[in-house]
Order: sequence, then C-alpha cells, then structure tokens
Amino acid sequence: MTFNLFVLPFILGLIFLIYILVKKNRNWIHAMDPIDRKKLKVGFRSPKLILAIKEIFFESLLHRKMYRKNPLLGYMHMSFAFGWFLLILAGNMESRIYSGLWINPPYYPIFLKFFIHDKNVLPFEIFTVPGFFKFSMDLLLMFILSGLVLAIIKRSHSRWFGLKKTTQHQFTDKVAMICLWMIFPLRLLAESMTAGAYGYGGGFVTQHVGNVLAFLWPLSDKDIAYSFWWMYSLSLGIFFVTLPYSRYMHIPTEVMLILYRNFGVTLKNPQAFISEMEVLSCPRCGVCIDVCQMNTAAGINDIQAVYFLQSIRNQQVVDELVTRCLVCGRCQEVCPVGIHTDFQRITLRESFLQPQKQDFSYLDKEENSPGAEVIYFAGCMSHLTPAIPIAMKKILDVAGVNFLFLDNDRSVCCGRPMMLAGKREQASKLIEKNKKSISVSGATSLVTSCPICFRMFREEYGLDIRILHHTQFILELVKKGRLPLQAYFRKVAYHDPCDLGRGSGILDEPRELVRKIADPVALAQEGKDAPCCGGSLGLLNADNDERDLIIKDALANYLSGDAELLVTACPLCKKTFAKHSPLEVVDVAELVAGAIPKAS
Amino acid sequence: MKSFGYTISKDRQIDYDNNDRRLVDYIEAIEPSILICMECGSCTATCSAGHFTEFSIRRLHTLVQRGETRHLRKEIEKCMLCGKCQLVCPRGVNLRNLILTIHQALEKIAE
Repeated sequence: MTFNLFVLPFILGLIFLIYILVKKNRNWIHAMDPIDRKKLKVGFRSPKLILAIKEIFFESLLHRKMYRKNPLLGYMHMSFAFGWFLLILAGNMESRIYSGLWINPPYYPIFLKFFIHDKNVLPFEIFTVPGFFKFSMDLLLMFILSGLVLAIIKRSHSRWFGLKKTTQHQFTDKVAMICLWMIFPLRLLAESMTAGAYGYGGGFVTQHVGNVLAFLWPLSDKDIAYSFWWMYSLSLGIFFVTLPYSRYMHIPTEVMLILYRNFGVTLKNPQAFISEMEVLSCPRCGVCIDVCQMNTAAGINDIQAVYFLQSIRNQQVVDELVTRCLVCGRCQEVCPVGIHTDFQRITLRESFLQPQKQDFSYLDKEENSPGAEVIYFAGCMSHLTPAIPIAMKKILDVAGVNFLFLDNDRSVCCGRPMMLAGKREQASKLIEKNKKSISVSGATSLVTSCPICFRMFREEYGLDIRILHHTQFILELVKKGRLPLQAYFRKVAYHDPCDLGRGSGILDEPRELVRKIADPVALAQEGKDAPCCGGSLGLLNADNDERDLIIKDALANYLSGDAELLVTACPLCKKTFAKHSPLEVVDVAELVAGAIPKAS
Repeated sequence: MKSFGYTISKDRQIDYDNNDRRLVDYIEAIEPSILICMECGSCTATCSAGHFTEFSIRRLHTLVQRGETRHLRKEIEKCMLCGKCQLVCPRGVNLRNLILTIHQALEKIAE
C-alpha cells in the first residue's frame, strides 16, 4: 500500500507551488525581447550551461558568498539548502530502489519510512554498504537540524553570524519560516516514532530516538506516529503554499536568475521581467543593512535595499524608500545574490517621480571649440575646487600634451545628476550637447577629473574614443616618462570615490599613482569597501544634519591611522570632506602637480 | 511735470490678493529647509545653468514665496540638477530636493 490520506497536504501544496512557478516562468519568457529569447535558446546548448550549473551549485546550494561573509552564516545556509537538496536526492534514490520503479509518486520518497519499515538491510545493500541509505538519510537530517539550531540561535545572537542588525521580517515571512523550521523536527519525530513503534526500520538516530520515545511515552504507538506524519505533511504543504508570497521565493527564482545571467540576459531598462526576477530573488538576508551608511552613520534603518526591494514586491513603495539612498553601491557590492540595487533604485525613481519637463534650449546657442588630440573635461564639481583643474593644466603642460580644456569657462553638466534623480530622458539633451562638442573636436582621448562624469561618459554616451579618469591618464604619462616626479614620502590616506572605485572598477591606477609620490596607509575600509563621502548626488532627500553624520562617520575611517593628508580623486568628495576634515584634503592631481620638480 | 522726481512701484510681495500660498505651503511641508534660506545668492553665483543663461535660484525662491507659478515653471526647467548650489549653500538648504519638490508642486497645484 503506497497511499495514505495524510500525504494530501504535501501533494496539494506541491501542485500549487509548481503551478505558480510555471506561470511565473512563462510570464518571464513571454516578456523577453527576441534577442534575449535567442540567447536563452543558444545558452541551453552551449558550455554556458555548465558554468551556470556550477554557479547554482556554489551559490544556491553551498552559499559560497555567505561563507565569505561569515563561516557560521554560510554553514547555516548550506545545511538548509545543500542538506535538503541531498536529502531529496538520496530519498529519491532510496525509494526507487525500494519500489523497483523508475517513477514514484512524488510523496513516496518523502514519507518512505511510513510505508516501509525494513527489519534488515535492503537486499541489494548486502553486496554494497549495509544500511547505507538508512545511515545517510539520518546523517543528512542531522546536518539540516544542526543548521536549524544555528538559525534559532541567530534570532537572538546575530552578531555571532557577522550581522549587527538583521531584517525585520513581515508576517508571511514569519509564517513560512516557522513552517520551514517545523518540517525537519517533525520528520525526525515521525520517523523516530514509527521506528520506535515497530521496534525496527530506523537509522542510527531515528531508531534510538524512537526507542527512547517508546520507552518514555507508554502510550506511544502507531497512532501517535501517524499524527506526526500528518503534521509533517502539513508543515510541508503550508510551506509550499506560503513560499511564493514569502522571502523563500528566492529559492526557485535565484536559480533561474543565475541561469539567465550566465546566458547573457542582462538587466536593462525598460525590460521589467528580469528586474522582477531580481526583486523576487532577494532572500532578505539583511547583509545589505550593516554596510548601509544611512543605517550605520545616520541611524535611518528603514530604507535599506532589503526593505526597498520588499516594498517593490508588496507594491507599497513610498517616497522615502526611493529618494533616501546614497546610491553608493555598497549594498550591491555585498549582496550574495548580486541584485543590482542601484539600478533598481534609479529605475524606480524614473517612474516614481512626476514627469518633469526640462528646457535646455539655451545650450543650443553654444559654439563648439576647435580640435585637439586630448580633451580635458573638468566637470561641474571641479569648478568648485579650482585647485584640481589648475593642477591638471600644469600636469598636461609639463607633459607636453596637446589638449583642449573643453569646459574651461563653464560646464554643461554630464547628465548623471539628472539620471540619479530619475530623469534619464531629460538628461538626453545634455548628453547630446556634450557629445556634439566632443565629436567636433576630433579628439582621440577624453580625460575628466570627475568620477561622476567619467562613469556617465563610459556608460551612457557611447563614445568611440578613449575615456579616462585623470588618474589613469596621469599614470600613463608617468609611465611613458613624460612627467618627472619627485616623491616626498608623506603618509596619506586614499579615499576611493564611489563612482570611480565601486562604480567603474578603477581602484589600482590612483593607488599606483599615489604610491609613486607618497605613502598610503592601510585603512579599515578601502577599495570596494570604501565608504561614501556622504556628498553623493544620489541621495536626494536627506537634511543637512543627516548628511553631516554620514560625512563624519566616513571621515573616521581615514583619520584612524597616522595619515597626514587625505587624498581623493573626486572633486565632490574633496568638497564634501573639506567641510569636516581636520586633515587637508587634496585630489590626486594636486598631489602629482605638487611633486613635479621645479626645474621642469 | 508728471514724471518728475521719484517713481514708486507697488510692492507685489505684500499684495495679498495676488499671493498664492498653496505652492509654498506644499513645498515647506516636503522640504522644510527652504525656510532657512537667507537669500545670500551663493547658489546663483555658482550655478552651472546660470553661466549659460539668465537663471537665478534666488529669484526662484522669491517666486515661490510669491506663488508666481507661471514664471516659476519657465525658470525651473533650466536647472541641470548638478548640485553645486547645494555644496556652497552656507545654510545647508537641500537644494536639489527643493528643485525636485518645486517641480512636483507645480504638477500638483494647478494654476
């Protein structure tokens, strides 16, 4: 007999879950444009599939990125994901051997011990490892239960798991979590009681636990065991039904997301389906909360990426969640799922803020400048810190570069501040104007002092000339021997601007340049972990006091060592830090210009 | 003899019949830092758009206070949102959000 009424909650839950998942996936494929659909078709037959499976194995099952964050946190996630996966795999093998059939009813492996209580080992096992399945199924269950114990400890001692602050979960998440937590102890109890009632059939754990239970609880018989099988089935069923409406939806979605990403389907505006996939892939692990400076420095703890994504999912987005964000990219950097939180935030700004008209017709009158080999574009912000363009002019002159200072008198904004405010369309007029003056000049390289402009030129302009931040260009000049430098070893702290470091991956060039002149000190947070200065144009809605808190907190990172000078590579960072820094703040260009020997 | 001596222009700011407070009330509620502005004009002096065309954030401030939506709409469309004004503001007015809020207010409050 291989059916019993108690399997129904599990079966119905599973059918419901599969129905929802098929529907979702069908919608996503329907929403794809033909190019992406082709990528998908090709992808399944290419080696990319192997890479995707590898990534799914490492990230979705082993949780490698979680391990890197904290080993205990990684183990906890792995025990649930990988343990459960192995339990399903081994259970299916075991049940197929028992039934001798290739296809079983789906509930059969899950509730096998209810249907079969073997006194001895399986006949086939006599020739292999006796009791292999009984042993391994119990071992896997213990593996998962160890994770469950950690999960319970984590509720009160999250610091042991590397998390200072954890996510405030919503109701559906709590229900699903309790069901998930119940599944494994109930399985243990159901299997143990059955084994105890029969006196045989259990593994090294379930048999012993069953014997003890049968001894302690004289009433213990098959009926009590039966009620535990019902509860086990119910907890599975309820978990499956709540899964699509809780954070556990990340389990099936992330697998598809990794697959699509490996096939080259990328997040782009206005294609909403992959954006929806990212939103559903957020497991609300809360890793983003601790790195968010809005939280750590300004004490604003309800706008972090996890809550932002949750609000999109619940369709309860409010103003603050959209506008109160530095768009510094720190959460994106640590996200174990690789959700493009910056992109999500900016895209939502586009639809959330009122459509606003812009009129830049006054730029039409502007005349374009004559040609040169290299264009130097200081950027709006550099006009607030004139020492930077002055230093750049000196450097370019000494190195004998034939350059045109495109925005010597005044700057047409690159358009990124507009884009950060969700005005992509309105920024196009500015892009057009700048592109025109760049192309008319016939230059082969565009050098800018502002990382904001730099990122914008690279990502949105589609220029076919070299785009360089001044640190890259100066380093080139130094390496070619066109710029003599005199080192004056002073201890300095180098601050990575968000748009240059995390945003554009330019981490080494400025460091190499600084190292030629001065002695950079080691910092608690640097490179991709560097804090945002607090002046970010991405933060639309914060009052002055909140900003000051962020600036001072970021400064602390640079003041803790014995640096005598704070060096950065962004006029906005410089201007922002200068407000509160006891140390002098200079740009790398100023540092270099100061190191040019007087004779040259 | 009529045009002899001084001419007097009426001060519109104290003409309560023409002063529409709805706009400034809406903006104050969302971006209260508008209240701390002392109209020093630092923002206007540094303005990127102001270097190309006649555009003064200080004047915008006055127009908001007077509720002159018609002029305001034309003016505000010129801003590039570069944020220099915010960095030089000695009072710490959240200027970029102020500009976005004025846009929003104009959309919401019909003329």
